[in-house]
Amino acid sequence: MDRRTIFPGKLLPLLLVAPQLALTAVFFLWPAGQAIWFSTQRQDAFGIRTEYVGLDNFTELFADPLYLQSMGRTLFFCAAVAILSMAAALFLAVFADREIRGRAIYRTLLIWPYAVAPAIAAVLWILLLHPQIGILGRMLNRAGIHWDYKLDDTQAMAMVVLASAWKQVSYNFIFFLAGLQSIPRAIVEAARIDGARAWHRFRTITLPLLAPTIFFLIVVNVVYAAFETFSTILALTAGGPGKATETLIVKVYRDGVINLDLGSSSAQSVILMVAVIILTGVQFRFMGRKSAD
Amino acid sequence: MFRRTLLMGAAALAASPAFAQAIPGARTRIVFWHAMNAPLGGEVDKLVAAFNASQSDYEVVPVFKGTYPETLTAAIAAWRAGQAPNLVQMFEVGTGSMLAAGPAVKQVWQLAKETGVDIDPEQYIGAVRGYYSLPDGRLASAPFNSSTAMFWIDADAFEKAGLDPAKPPATWDEVATAAQALKKSGVAMPMTSSWFAWIQFEQFAAIHDIAYATEENGFKGLNAELLINKPPFVGQLNRLLEMSKEGLFKYSGRDNAPDPIFSSGQAAMSFNSSGSRSEIAKNAKFKWREAMLPYDPALTKSPINSVIGGASLWAMTAPTRTAAEYKGTAEFMKFLSGPKEAASWSQATGYVPVTTAGYDLLKQDGFYAKNPGADLPVEQLRRGTVTPDSKGFRLGRMAELRNIQYEEVEKAFQGQQTAQQALDSAVTRGNKVLREFEKANKA
Repeated sequence: MDRRTIFPGKLLPLLLVAPQLALTAVFFLWPAGQAIWFSTQRQDAFGIRTEYVGLDNFTELFADPLYLQSMGRTLFFCAAVAILSMAAALFLAVFADREIRGRAIYRTLLIWPYAVAPAIAAVLWILLLHPQIGILGRMLNRAGIHWDYKLDDTQAMAMVVLASAWKQVSYNFIFFLAGLQSIPRAIVEAARIDGARAWHRFRTITLPLLAPTIFFLIVVNVVYAAFETFSTILALTAGGPGKATETLIVKVYRDGVINLDLGSSSAQSVILMVAVIILTGVQFRFMGRKSAD
Repeated sequence: MFRRTLLMGAAALAASPAFAQAIPGARTRIVFWHAMNAPLGGEVDKLVAAFNASQSDYEVVPVFKGTYPETLTAAIAAWRAGQAPNLVQMFEVGTGSMLAAGPAVKQVWQLAKETGVDIDPEQYIGAVRGYYSLPDGRLASAPFNSSTAMFWIDADAFEKAGLDPAKPPATWDEVATAAQALKKSGVAMPMTSSWFAWIQFEQFAAIHDIAYATEENGFKGLNAELLINKPPFVGQLNRLLEMSKEGLFKYSGRDNAPDPIFSSGQAAMSFNSSGSRSEIAKNAKFKWREAMLPYDPALTKSPINSVIGGASLWAMTAPTRTAAEYKGTAEFMKFLSGPKEAASWSQATGYVPVTTAGYDLLKQDGFYAKNPGADLPVEQLRRGTVTPDSKGFRLGRMAELRNIQYEEVEKAFQGQQTAQQALDSAVTRGNKVLREFEKANKA
């Protein structure tokens, strides 16, 4: 039987969602609209001379090999961060889900890094990994490994991936832990009685039942890596050496805030916005189908 | 909670120029946005307090707005909203952007003419004045905190290597010889450089009287093109690349990232802003010396002035701005250029005194006798006669140009490209930026 409570009238519901709609309009629709408008303009920093240039800003971007390289780099970066942070989080969650002493303490400690501001986290990483003043960096160099992320593309990329992934492990951990806890113990116990070993149980029971969580986290992590890592990257390598760690969002920030090229920066933002819309669309479709099954 | 609301309210009031007109008969408020964090911000507050106490018509309200780029962005956003501060501190690389801002700013000569407050450009040290002047000598912004690039050596390491710290290397050949001696004596990193793009290209061009860009380094027009792929610059980068291969030089990052490497005693020689003196004095646990930038005798027999870094003050416009506010702004600028103010600011912060009178006053007071080497930046700025190549740079989006140079140089230091390729690429990419700036500011 379908029981629903239906309130009459339209005013009250509208009134109730109004604050949320207002927030969306002010903090999302308006800036997004501005970005789209600016992306069709060429203007000086002060907005004194403005000229409509159509899609020029976009064609210039796609004709720029450096921008295309930055795109490829961003894809790699997102994949690396998502895989690394999710794998680490899953590993930790599986162990924290066991019956061990001091479980609550471990869990709290694992969630802790999430509260550290990205810029502060970046400074901590510098103090660890700086080739001359960092503790680990100096140890590596003393051990004969030539560690200098300021002049080594691969090491720089490894470092920003590591720092960005570390920051996200806590978040993933919370979701994985919740996912693991919602797996019925009975199924696991039954498998155990049937003689399934730990790895087998994990592969055939835990992993499939975690699939929705995993998919959700993939989307969240990719969005995180693409958009929220820029302060970390900026503080660690500023996109260097060369352009080795310059992701799209770093470029948006640099072109917009530092170089004050608002047209190009807005065009880049619009491209990123389209990417997020697509990503969210995929997520909704997938999740929608899941629940319809 | 209540306190926070109060604070925010106070900040909002301070930032709102409109508030000045709200109280009739009160002192005219002059809102001054600056980028000086502690302890420099405290010195700004002292200067402002001295000005406010010196007269009863105006009240300058200093507001800290973050880093230089943040202050620039904030000022632009505020101007667009018709809420620009009366006065804003702008770093030297933003000069080109501010000059192109047309109606958003009131240049110093204009301000002086309209308000009748006399601000004499001649009182400023030539190299300082040149950077902030129009090609015909009219002053565009008021010089405030200026530094220049210097060469720093670890005197203890020099002695250990059998070198005389009293005679720091004056030419690049001597630098290379010293680096070799230092390496032999066991120094792992003989030399590094902070502010690589500023010091190894911009300062290098100035002291050797070599053009950095066409159109007198951009002073004559927006159509300037970079010249840094010419032989002197390629030679300079090559020299550093060679030294890097031999383990004599180490590229250690952009802008001020390499700062701690010298003061922590890892590098025996370094290049840095004259403003880093206080940081080095505080942190270095060894005897150090400040020296003038080395030069290349093959390019010039007598090096001339270096260029400045730091920032200047710009008067901004707003729809509701009154004549009294402009007058107060001009008075404050004039106040800051007084010998006593310029001298005390320099003494407290380590920036160079921007006026000749300020410099003379510090000399008289015996400040330089007590702090040997502290006068070298001024001496270096005053060396020779300022030429079109040494008066500074007037290029749009200069910060981006530097960033491009960093990227290309970093690839060269990794062995991915030669010095010529790196600088060719920096010029091609840089010129593209300059053309964009030209288009945006001519449209």
